[in-house]
Amino acid sequence: MKKKNILQSEGVQSLLASLICIVLGLLLGYIVLLFINPAGAGTAIMAVIKNFMNYSKAALQAKNFGNTLVKTAPLLMCALSVLFCYKVGLFNIGAAGQYVIGTCISIYAALAWHLPWWLCLLLALCAGFVYGAVVGLLKAYCNVNEVISGIMLNWIGLYLTNMILTGVKESTSPYTLHIRTYSKGSILPTLGLDKLFSNNEYVSIAIPLAILITIAIKIILDKTRFGFELKATGFNKNAAKYAGMAEKSNIIVTLAIGGALAALGGAFLYLTDYELWECTSSAVPGMGFNGIAAAFLGGLNPIGTIFSSYFIQHITTGGAYVDKTHYSSQISDLISALIIYLCGFVGFMKLVMKRRIAVAEERSKVTGEVIENKKGGKK
Amino acid sequence: MLLLLQYTLIFASVLLLVALGGCYSEHSGVINLGLEGIMVIGALGGALVMRFLPTGMNGFLVVILTLLGAIVFGVAYSALLAVACINFKADQTIVGTALNILGTALATVLVKAINMSINPDDVSSTIQYVEAKKSFVTYIGSFQFNWFMLIAVIVLIIAYVVLYKTKFGLRLMACGEHPQAAASVGINVYKMRWAGVLISGVFGSLGGISYILAGVSEWKFENGVAGFGFLALAVMIFGQWKPTRIALAALLFGLFRALSNVYIGIAFLANLNIPSTVYNMLPYVICLLVLALTSKNSKAPKAEGIPYDPGQR
Repeated sequence: MKKKNILQSEGVQSLLASLICIVLGLLLGYIVLLFINPAGAGTAIMAVIKNFMNYSKAALQAKNFGNTLVKTAPLLMCALSVLFCYKVGLFNIGAAGQYVIGTCISIYAALAWHLPWWLCLLLALCAGFVYGAVVGLLKAYCNVNEVISGIMLNWIGLYLTNMILTGVKESTSPYTLHIRTYSKGSILPTLGLDKLFSNNEYVSIAIPLAILITIAIKIILDKTRFGFELKATGFNKNAAKYAGMAEKSNIIVTLAIGGALAALGGAFLYLTDYELWECTSSAVPGMGFNGIAAAFLGGLNPIGTIFSSYFIQHITTGGAYVDKTHYSSQISDLISALIIYLCGFVGFMKLVMKRRIAVAEERSKVTGEVIENKKGGKK
Repeated sequence: MLLLLQYTLIFASVLLLVALGGCYSEHSGVINLGLEGIMVIGALGGALVMRFLPTGMNGFLVVILTLLGAIVFGVAYSALLAVACINFKADQTIVGTALNILGTALATVLVKAINMSINPDDVSSTIQYVEAKKSFVTYIGSFQFNWFMLIAVIVLIIAYVVLYKTKFGLRLMACGEHPQAAASVGINVYKMRWAGVLISGVFGSLGGISYILAGVSEWKFENGVAGFGFLALAVMIFGQWKPTRIALAALLFGLFRALSNVYIGIAFLANLNIPSTVYNMLPYVICLLVLALTSKNSKAPKAEGIPYDPGQR
């Protein structure tokens, strides 16, 4: 019996490639830190990697672990949005704007109309669906590159949100009102999850919901006809069209679903009241862009995305713990950006792995044949 | 009104420079989505030169050194795109996006580190260049003439001549249309694509430094360049990848971008009482509309975005 090379499995290759990306990304980040100030670079990169473990008390660790999870849920949704669209060959960079629209609608629904949390989520989902569909319509019927329309809609979304949420902001600061104080019913329920994280009130059903949605996406992509059609359209648009699939409506529906996912992410974060929207924001939040990093780092596999989202959020939050006298917390953005860049090389890495396996197999085959021949010769 | 003209021209110059950069890259067959990041890094290079130049230097020298600083940074940065997309056949969309995010993050981290090393209490990501900026402008009556307006026109003429009248330009474009055919007549596709991307780095970084010199005398690098790299890509698509048309498109987009800066000064627009966010949104909305109307019959280079595979027919 021949031993099967463990590297032959596609999953192992993806995992290995992602790990290489992470290690190289951290290493390059470390080099940048060395460049800024060699003395504290080691401590700083460890602070980023340790994140909540920078605290020594268990209770504080649990609480801050909870905080990281609170922000992992929206990131996971953005990553799913990118991943889902990428399966159809579409690059949904508009996830950042769809996330902002979800934020906008959920906060407004909570503060202006005092709606219950599930209705706020539903409204955010619908808004994201529509906002994503715009990109899809432009792509399908007007041949507009989805990356450029996505970016334009990111900025439009940001300014729209600033304008709409100014109606529900505090009079003296640029931030929106606390949902917990003004509309308690709109806060996502915790179902007792807060108890697990030293009474961290922000840990809500958003986290299990996000994981359930991930599993649902996995099932849709792998087990349903709809998912198969989407993937077929992504592999070869013309072949899919020839096989009778409605490739135009597939594009629109895909981007609409992508929009809904990212928008839910926005609602998942802001309906916990963990953060407040600043109505004078002049940059699109990084959550959607980090979603791109998480999606590719996760090997474009929904389950892998759960872990990669956590990792990206872990180092993003960890950035807050670097020594602020020399470094800035943006070092984690730098590392995530480096990881996305390195993910561009994943195809190359897999190629190298496949070649090595092929060479190894060829070798074992040849030596095997030589042994056979020798045996034959003896007879 | 003069102010509107002035801002329109300066923003149009920025867009024109960056869009022409993108034009070279795309004609060679590489989609340069990283223009936004290249602008940021180019702007960083120029701003650092302006920040650390001794005061009282000759104005002409200041301009030349600043431009050189920007170009060196921008070209080095665009090499990251070239090596990944041309030699390693990476997905051009992913790498371009990575460069955009990386550009802002890297600039923020570096500027903050520099600011903190000079003054420990200064944790901002802002670089000031009040003095140096004066070298870039000159007054014709009350019209503030910015040297980048001239540079943009020169670059436009060069782009037109190089792309359509020289051997290099025609070969470059062949690599974007059908690289295998180009290779069959002895053109080195890899070299041509590298050239295309590096030239886009030159012009993208010039666009970046001109953007941060347009109107303001300090720049907060945390904000990047607010989607201007992508607006430039839209300008390029609207201009159908042709330099002269790109110039007209840049003027149109420049006008809408300028409106958000100066509408308060125009009595008619100020009286309409439209919130300022609407004006901020305007360039992006117009961009979407224009793209929706013009993308149908795209004249994009045929082989753009596809990694070169010598074995393909």
